[in-house]
Amino acid sequence: MKALQEEGVDTIFGYPGGAVIEIYDELAKTDIRHILVRHEQGAVHAADGYARASGGVGVCLVTSGPGATNTVSGIASAYMDSVPVVVLTGQVPSQLIGNDAFQEVDIVGITRPCTKHNYLVQHVEDLARTIKEAFYIARSGRPGPVLIDLPKDVVQSTTHYKPVKDIRLKSYNPTYEPNVKQLPKAVKIIKEAKKPVVFAGGGVILSRAAKELTELARKIHAPVTTTLMGLGAFPAKDPLWLGMIGMHGTYRANMSSAECDLLIAVGVRFDDRVTGKTDTFAPKAKIIHIDIDPTSIRKNIPVTIPVVGDCKITLRKLNSLLSKEKMGNLKQKRKPWLTEWKATKPLAYEQKEVIKPQFVVEKLYELTKGRAIITTEVGQNQMWAAQYYHFDSPNAFITSGGLGCMGFGLPAAIGAQVAHPDSLVVDIAGDGSIQMNIQEMATATQYNLPVKIVILNNSYLGMVRQWQELFFDRCYACTGLDHAPDFVKLAEAYGAVGLRATRPDEVVSILKKGLAIKKPVIMDFVVEPEECVYPMVPAGAPITEMLLV
Amino acid sequence: MANEEARKHILSILVDNQPGVLSRIAGLFSGRGFNIESLCVAETTDPLVSRITLVTTGDMSIVEQIKKQLNKLINVVKVIDFTDIAFVQREMALVKVRAKPEHRAEILRTVDIFRSRVVDAGSQYYIVEITGDEGKVAAFLNLLKPMGISEIARTGAIALPREKK
Repeated sequence: MKALQEEGVDTIFGYPGGAVIEIYDELAKTDIRHILVRHEQGAVHAADGYARASGGVGVCLVTSGPGATNTVSGIASAYMDSVPVVVLTGQVPSQLIGNDAFQEVDIVGITRPCTKHNYLVQHVEDLARTIKEAFYIARSGRPGPVLIDLPKDVVQSTTHYKPVKDIRLKSYNPTYEPNVKQLPKAVKIIKEAKKPVVFAGGGVILSRAAKELTELARKIHAPVTTTLMGLGAFPAKDPLWLGMIGMHGTYRANMSSAECDLLIAVGVRFDDRVTGKTDTFAPKAKIIHIDIDPTSIRKNIPVTIPVVGDCKITLRKLNSLLSKEKMGNLKQKRKPWLTEWKATKPLAYEQKEVIKPQFVVEKLYELTKGRAIITTEVGQNQMWAAQYYHFDSPNAFITSGGLGCMGFGLPAAIGAQVAHPDSLVVDIAGDGSIQMNIQEMATATQYNLPVKIVILNNSYLGMVRQWQELFFDRCYACTGLDHAPDFVKLAEAYGAVGLRATRPDEVVSILKKGLAIKKPVIMDFVVEPEECVYPMVPAGAPITEMLLV
Repeated sequence: MANEEARKHILSILVDNQPGVLSRIAGLFSGRGFNIESLCVAETTDPLVSRITLVTTGDMSIVEQIKKQLNKLINVVKVIDFTDIAFVQREMALVKVRAKPEHRAEILRTVDIFRSRVVDAGSQYYIVEITGDEGKVAAFLNLLKPMGISEIARTGAIALPREKK
């Protein structure tokens, strides 16, 4: 416990059980706040949301066996999105390990491929050091989840607490400082470029480099696009903003990647949802790739100048090098390039008799002045949130990007709300995804966390239905959700508030009403059932081949 | 990104000598679709460190990715790729070969040529020990084959870099 407190832990998301009952007994004697979730998956997503909203490390505590296995989806999501989370799992006593004991599972084995690192603590003397190491590994370098498995006998025994001051691992040394030889090369091709594009990802947000990125783009007059995970790394209000790139990216962002002669990729990993067909991605461009994780570089896309380093430190150095350069009148030089894409078509939809989901998100954006922390579920709701809620600052968009884990949004919103009790936190949800962790409504009401859930209710698993419409002759196999609960009554059953809008003219008033209530609120918007997310690039196609309507 | 033909790479991986580390390495290879041809593990002079010698095949970009992914594992201390440096490589095999009276002289002569040795001699079989690089072991087995090989136990490759000149 002391070790946890020394790491600055003041909040734990968890669920008790036999193997961790001693830890809970001690926990109750500290001033660490425990948030009792209703399912362990919710605990990890909440810790994830908490970590991303606060910039700290999220912590979970669960019991052995099923408690541990229930965390796996949450851990895998945090791993894909590089979120620092420490998961403490109970384990059966050491002498029973391997005996198929009650509630025993080899969680260290199970989570090996989806954690940054994990531990089985064998001696109580190792506990303090392991906790210290785990937090260090979780938050340093490219962050990620770390799991510590705690056999019951280890936590039952006592030892004299020796604070561990210094952590040095000979086999783990993230590279923060970029190689000095690489940056001048980057400066050179930045100067030469006629059509540069800045392409940023979640790494910029993780290293808190949004300011430096914005400075770079403005300095070199380059338009900016980001991945889903990078939304907020560059202000959407800025005239250099192209919108998101990728499968559901804006027309201009996707086209800019095809046309540019220089792509400055910062904190990205060239995921398949971004690049489409890799050998046709940015065919005319030289690529500068800045990332702290060497495995991200040249994994999917060959690059001209690889720079391994922390985004913030690297961009700061790059900016200062660029400041010393005579760049000529870049504003003038790059004007044709900047006006070229500005003329292209932005996102569009038409609001008719039935509520359009895009309209709901757009109104939500207007009413909250873009200042809410947005979490999402996964699918169409997630993409509409990304497209129509315009993010100006980092850490405001929290989504399961890499894993695409349905059921993420509500517990993540709870975590974000715990981190920022006074902020407005909104989960943009679909009627499918929200049901995957709906039990967390009880958590929200228990702790009076006033999260707002905006359900874009189309009575379908919308994204899969969209694929079926476009690629499977409208055979809507098993994607209809006719037997959804009445979400208004469901909210009430949980002690929250439920509201519903069925006509376009009700959208604004329901949003206004819902957002003003200081309690958890579910707002159920009955939207156009067969609305699709556009633009869309079919999986595996070049990202310039978009379906636009 | 197949920018080169696939070729064999011998990787020497120094790792923390802890339970579960081999599983992390093996899991990385299987999880990411890389290929392990052979694998040898033993403690080094430092009891806290083990050396894994692993033979894999892939083009340059795949092997580069393998090395990066290995380095990313917290328990991996160092990865050395022997492909472009001078190194010494050995494999060892124990071969149980049928020793008919009319073949015994032939077996012993082959053993002699290959500087291998007989480590067990029974009335029907000899067990022969051979060390060498992959090619030598293969050539040796080829010569013994007509005599009738009943069983083989073979290690993967182990390797060390030569002194720099």
